[in-house]
Amino acid sequence: MSWEVVIGLETHTQLSTRSKIFSGASTAFGAPPNTQASAVDIALPGVTINKRSVFARKNYFYPDLPKGYQISQYEIPVVQGGSITITTKDGVKTVRLTRAHLEEDAGKSLHEGLSQAASAMTGIDLNRAGTPLLEIVSEPDMRSAEEAIAYAKTLHTLVRWIGICDGNMQEGNFRCDANVSVRKAGDAKLGTRCEIKNVNSFRFLQHAIEFEVRRQIQVVEDGGTVEQETRLYDPDLDETRSMRTKEDAQDYRYFPDPDLPPLVIDEAWIERVKADLPELPVAMKARFEKEYLLLPEDATALTSTRATGDYFQQTLAELAGIPNVPYLSQSPDVANAKSVANWVINELGAFLNNHQTDIENSPVSPAQLAQLIAHTGPFKGTISHKVAKDVLAAMWAGECGGDADAIIVARGLKQISDAGAIGKTVDEVIAANAPIVAEYKAGKEKAFNSLIGKVMTATKGKANPSQVNAILRKKLGA
Amino acid sequence: MFTAPIAELAPALASKRLSSVELTTALFDRIDALNPRLNAFLARDRKRALGAARAADARLAAGNASPLTGIPIAHKDVLMTAGWKTTCGSRMLENFVAPYSAFVVERLADAGMVLVGKTNMDEFAMGSSSETSYFGPVKNPWNVDYVPGGSSGGSSAAVAARLVPAATGTDTGGSIRQPAALSGVCGLKPTYGVCSRYGLIAFASSLDTPGPFAQTAEDCALLLNAMAGHDPRDSTSVDRPREDYARLLRAPGGAKPLAGVRIGLPKEYFGDGIDADVAAAVDAALGEFRKLGATTVEVTLPNLDLSVPVYYVIASAEASSNLARFDGVRYGHRAAKYDDLTDMYKKTRAEGFGAEVKRRILIGTYVLSHGYYDAYYLKAQQVRRLIAEGFQRAYQQCDLILGPTAPTAAFKLGAKTSDPVQMYLNDIFTVAGNLTGAPAISIPCGFDRNGLPIGLQLQGNHFRESVILNAAHRYQQATDWQRREPADIALETAR
Amino acid sequence: MALSSAEIQRIAHLARIEITPAEAVDVRAKLDSIFDLIGRMRAVDTAGIVPMSHAQDVTLPLREDIVTETDRRELYQSVSPAVQNGLYLVPKVIE
Ligand SMILES: [Mg+2]
Ligand SMILES: [Zn+2]
Repeated sequence: MSWEVVIGLETHTQLSTRSKIFSGASTAFGAPPNTQASAVDIALPGVTINKRSVFARKNYFYPDLPKGYQISQYEIPVVQGGSITITTKDGVKTVRLTRAHLEEDAGKSLHEGLSQAASAMTGIDLNRAGTPLLEIVSEPDMRSAEEAIAYAKTLHTLVRWIGICDGNMQEGNFRCDANVSVRKAGDAKLGTRCEIKNVNSFRFLQHAIEFEVRRQIQVVEDGGTVEQETRLYDPDLDETRSMRTKEDAQDYRYFPDPDLPPLVIDEAWIERVKADLPELPVAMKARFEKEYLLLPEDATALTSTRATGDYFQQTLAELAGIPNVPYLSQSPDVANAKSVANWVINELGAFLNNHQTDIENSPVSPAQLAQLIAHTGPFKGTISHKVAKDVLAAMWAGECGGDADAIIVARGLKQISDAGAIGKTVDEVIAANAPIVAEYKAGKEKAFNSLIGKVMTATKGKANPSQVNAILRKKLGA
Repeated sequence: MFTAPIAELAPALASKRLSSVELTTALFDRIDALNPRLNAFLARDRKRALGAARAADARLAAGNASPLTGIPIAHKDVLMTAGWKTTCGSRMLENFVAPYSAFVVERLADAGMVLVGKTNMDEFAMGSSSETSYFGPVKNPWNVDYVPGGSSGGSSAAVAARLVPAATGTDTGGSIRQPAALSGVCGLKPTYGVCSRYGLIAFASSLDTPGPFAQTAEDCALLLNAMAGHDPRDSTSVDRPREDYARLLRAPGGAKPLAGVRIGLPKEYFGDGIDADVAAAVDAALGEFRKLGATTVEVTLPNLDLSVPVYYVIASAEASSNLARFDGVRYGHRAAKYDDLTDMYKKTRAEGFGAEVKRRILIGTYVLSHGYYDAYYLKAQQVRRLIAEGFQRAYQQCDLILGPTAPTAAFKLGAKTSDPVQMYLNDIFTVAGNLTGAPAISIPCGFDRNGLPIGLQLQGNHFRESVILNAAHRYQQATDWQRREPADIALETAR
Repeated sequence: MALSSAEIQRIAHLARIEITPAEAVDVRAKLDSIFDLIGRMRAVDTAGIVPMSHAQDVTLPLREDIVTETDRRELYQSVSPAVQNGLYLVPKVIE
């Protein structure tokens, strides 16, 4: 039997505001409990909600919900429709969005850290209560955990890209609920779905969906039926378990919030926001592929965050501004971009990865990186690629103020391109390594590489490799 | 002297013929003597009040006083008052001390008014007789066997008994105007949004309106001048230029001060079900208004008879949600014994709320619940619009709408407690003002056969407070109903 | 209209109010008469009428995104039934 998996995601993104949606309390993470919970946030009587938008009340009792209702948008959300384009190994796909609505977050329930006497209790911290969220709801357009992850990652990139959410998943600033169902391949009717709540890492999301798909298929294959319910993913056990069934489904009694008049966003506001909107990742990626002929995977890596895209483009611009850079046969932009992409993704990327930091915190600036790249092979050829990597390490460490030129001079790394000097070293190496020379003459090409290595060692890697190659061949009489 | 209206007390304070300390002391003596019979006050604090009175006297001496500096006032216990117990007449908040003050409380304190105490009320402002208070019913100063009206009955009784010259109230379905009528004082419900709801313990957010009680319309204007103002902490607070609500009152009147004022007479306000004495008093008042130069025109208010059903759906729906915060978690009553979280909620709320409050929460929960929303809640919102549109059409023909505030004078304690529908119908003439958000005043206009006061309601379109106040003031200059005082209260004073 | 006892208990549960069987009798009788009153409005034709949620035709004011509140935990928790280490205590929430 072949099964089709159907997945829709609801993603709560915490908006990057300093203050809460309806109060002037701080949204900063990690403060002592209830120290950032204002009179509005703890729902003291007599507090009328103020300011910013939101239309309806979702009524239910829960200790982390101080007012007994959550202010959320219901019938008329701030956004309806739209779509997200995702890329998986199977290609490009469009996932439709149902809606995006503003709402306030709830507080947190804490079960640890209470005294013995209070061990039968739960502690409530309302610091997070009232923090603005944008809940983005997709249509059930995804057909595998892989697609769901691709969607979640694309959305994660997008909200960080436009600066509305910091995307910190450990702090719960980007959390996904997955609606998962299965149906027999070819069935038109959707299967009964289960909602997996509040998954806060991509890996957990993948595991949760994969587990849930296996579970539902098992249930149906065993002759049972999937019950509509809300489930929780337990990362320790790598399984989902029932949280509440449809029977105790809430009757939320949504109604327009009488404290809050409708939010009106005028045309001018929309135009202003549109004008301020940066080039979005999908457009930027497409442009990199088209203008710079970058490989799709490189273009994807360079647009993983807006800061990466910006860094790449700034480095490229800086490089173009450095005089006397000789270009190869390709257009200058394409040639430069290929080098810069390699340096940003692989070499600088390795440092960022090793130091667990983001490109916006890179100690090496785009201008400095461009200066370094200008010394390498395709350009001035002042230093070899290997030496250039050492220079980058020195730049990262802040040597000579991160100035590549200064480091090359200070460390005496400038490449030797003087044919006379190289020829002299080559002669010395030939004289000192007669057995290897003999091997080469006997037809062993490997021996040639060995001799090159000896020359490079003798020049501490500074000799221009292509010149060494040419001179050595000549001297060996090839 | 001590029982005079603000407009007479203020010049005496300003000219130092009277000090705020003297005035406050005298009124506290009255409160101590009379409150046990009236139960108008839930809390009072002589020491604190005298401190405020001394500060007011200093301000008067320094010459930077406002027209209200040194005047004693009481606040309805629905208004958060920093450092004061604020109970809302409920066991739920029996020991709740407010950590901050309501906007109107702040504004009146800034004006230099002397807070003497908090007044009793129907629990969470739900009622029309001030009998649902957890702390016992308020009695009508004109006859203690009768109710003072509600829900702001403590405030209306305190002003009627001349325990304070002014008090605050809140009006969600008539809770200022109806007790003003039944207690024989003036009560103004301003336009929704003119006085911030910040710090008002919400009953029905789209209807709740703070406003003043006083002996005269003129005093109400002075109080509104201090209470009105934009407040960013209430999203429904209106942002308009400041207005002197007493400006028309000071204009020279002449023989016909209301010439040019068109008074609308809705037939819906003069039909069956109105007590004959009430009808006669309102008729007589109408005669006075004509003498003052006003003209009259008949108008109709379609669906007015549905304003009570519509009101009970909307107010209860909003209340069911607004009162969800009383869950025993962060403040207020918490049941002593419970099995688990849900049981704690249920017992806490069963014990903390009285029968009327529970009933309204149940009504509100029901009309919002799955399958009933369209038939009840949505329907009520639609009829609300029809009623509001009816008023707008009427205001194309008139400046004011005149009629009785309530269909009868005060009723006996306990007379309607077992029949909520009869109680609700007492608000038949007042609830529409809350549904539409428009302002209205109730002023005394006579007495019924039992010697109980009758109230006259003057309604106007949004933001026409000054027109309403001016008409009421001119009427009060020509008559003296507002000067009558409860007889046995006068005796008590003499004693 | 008449509400069944089961309906009364359903809404009482939604509202988290315990109603004893004895109270339920009185509640039911009173709610019945109240819903008779409320039912009067159902006869009006409201087709196409835009519901009115607010007493005034205003829009939501906006504000600057700045932090204006300070820590007032001690004051706010001075009226709390049960707190520990700054946390509000409730019977264990099981999930
Ligand atoms: Mg959701
Ligand atoms: Zn949500």
